[in-house]
Amino acid sequence: MSSGANIIEVEHLFRTFFIGEMEVKELVDVSLEIARGDFVAIMGPSGSGKSTLMNILGCLDRPTSGVYRLDGVSVQDLDRDQLAEIRNRRIGFVFQQFNLLARTSALENVELPLLYTSEPVADPERRALTALASVGLAERADHHPNQLSGGQQQRVAIARALVNDPQIVLADEPTGALDSRTSIEIMAILQRLNRGQGITTLIVTHEPDIAAYANRNIYFRDGRIVRDVRLDHPLQADRELLQIAPSAAV
Amino acid sequence: MNLRKLTASMKIAFRALRINRMRSALTMLGIIIGVAAVIAMVAVGSGAQARIQEQIASIGSNLIIVLSGSITSSGIRMGTGNAQTLTEDDARAIVRECDAAALAAPAVRGGAQTVYGNNNWGTQIMGTTPDYLPIRDLGLQEGQAFTTSDVEGAAKVALLGKTVIDNLFYGEDPVGKIIRIKAVPFTVMGTLVPKGQSPTGQDQDDIILIPISTAKKKVLGTSQANYAAVGQIMVQARAGRTAEVQDQMSALLRQRHHLQANEDDDFTIRNMEEVFKAQESSAKVMSLLLAAIASVSLIVGGIGIMNIMLVSVTERTKEIGLRQAVGAKTRDILSQFLVEAVTLSVAGGAAGIVIGITASMLISHFARWSTVVSPGSIALAFLFSGLVGVFFGFYPARKAAFMDPIEALRYE
Repeated sequence: MSSGANIIEVEHLFRTFFIGEMEVKELVDVSLEIARGDFVAIMGPSGSGKSTLMNILGCLDRPTSGVYRLDGVSVQDLDRDQLAEIRNRRIGFVFQQFNLLARTSALENVELPLLYTSEPVADPERRALTALASVGLAERADHHPNQLSGGQQQRVAIARALVNDPQIVLADEPTGALDSRTSIEIMAILQRLNRGQGITTLIVTHEPDIAAYANRNIYFRDGRIVRDVRLDHPLQADRELLQIAPSAAV
Repeated sequence: MNLRKLTASMKIAFRALRINRMRSALTMLGIIIGVAAVIAMVAVGSGAQARIQEQIASIGSNLIIVLSGSITSSGIRMGTGNAQTLTEDDARAIVRECDAAALAAPAVRGGAQTVYGNNNWGTQIMGTTPDYLPIRDLGLQEGQAFTTSDVEGAAKVALLGKTVIDNLFYGEDPVGKIIRIKAVPFTVMGTLVPKGQSPTGQDQDDIILIPISTAKKKVLGTSQANYAAVGQIMVQARAGRTAEVQDQMSALLRQRHHLQANEDDDFTIRNMEEVFKAQESSAKVMSLLLAAIASVSLIVGGIGIMNIMLVSVTERTKEIGLRQAVGAKTRDILSQFLVEAVTLSVAGGAAGIVIGITASMLISHFARWSTVVSPGSIALAFLFSGLVGVFFGFYPARKAAFMDPIEALRYE
């Protein structure tokens, strides 16, 4: 493992799609460094390239050209299965629509990444329970997604992202399907994990309210970074929750 | 793939199949019908074969029949048995001179009316020697066989087949009773173990055996010119030497009948086993044909699996995307869907085996066809259904495994 201060280093990244004859430049010469343990929000209107960047950072997609080093490893040239291995070991995903498996208990949903590790994991159930406990859902382990509220489902999804001790959590509009109060609860969990366990966290959002919880906001437009600001005093989700209803804090 | 992933894949497969119970059942139905058809058809085919083999055994093992008269004589084609060229001495000579022949029994036969009490029955009278019984594999149910001295003394004794007994005695014990054959009284010495139909469909139990001397003198009569003439000689070859004995007998009989090299045989040697082997091989072809037709339905069942697996892969695109996102490799997804397809086909195969066995039992019960379900055909059907799952599940599974994770995750 590299001991560099940056966990993500992106240099001159291009991503171009071809739709028929038409060339669509989703990312144009993007260079970016993200420090270990940082909490970053990527913002921009739809079609600005922020989701494309997230897909590449999440090793779901490969850049057309440019360099992407994840924890010192150049991943732009890896094949399908090598990328799958990196996603499994280093990255946890949180999606807008939760993407839990229906008719499958919360516990089994959380266990899912452990099924695909290259080496068998000792006692996967206990690890999944620990992850569920860290999002406050230990007592709901047997519930199926349709028996859980939206916020609870997203917390199960976060537990799933955490279960394999990732270095990075990538959250694509994690609060997009939730009401504002539940959104803050989710941000509280993400902030706690970021501070407590030092997990580098990237969220994509178009809501400034949500981006305000991050330490750093990067703005995209037309496939380029147009603004990159560090927030000296990000919002603290725990404190916000206490202000709304002191007793309801998670 | 290791055991951990295999059990996980099986769990996922069972869950997926349970969720769509009706669909899984209908998909399996194709394989069930296919496997059941293969098993039942093979059972019917091998039942027919077994029956022919039984019939071949029933005519006697290593049986060769020498008929008097030739098919051709000086260019004139005659039916066999027209000229009484064989004699009882020929039969004795065969046993004495041909080392490949174990037993030989001369025989004369003819139809005659028999009477017992108020009942009468027209049947076949076979005049022969005691060796006829072992040659034809005939056993005695009751009583005893006549002996060589009975033959020498032209005793009026008879052995009765089951059909004759049924038609004359109606449940009465025939042994020791007197019957009349062409008005000549005979004592029933014994009864024959039933043999059933011959491979050519004749009733082998509609017969009365009497000493050959008695038959000639009292019942069937004889040609004045050649008192010793017989219609046929039944020969039992030593095991595995049927071809050899044919050559030896042919040479011996030509010599005994003073035939010149340019003359045709005045006898015909018929190897009964060969005749029925031909029937057996046609039954084999028939059962192969049945199995081939039945396997077509197995292939149709496989196409059903492929179809439903393609639907399943499309429906679960988002799930596939998620699994890929959390680290499922190509082979993980591939094996998951392959296991699902194989589970469908193997479960269908198992059900098909049960139904196939039941069907063949019903066929033999209601249609009175003998069926034989061999363990080999069960194993083969099971193996084949598994292969159908792998073969037809591979394309859908591959399609799933090579999905683009981003596209898959976005799929609604």
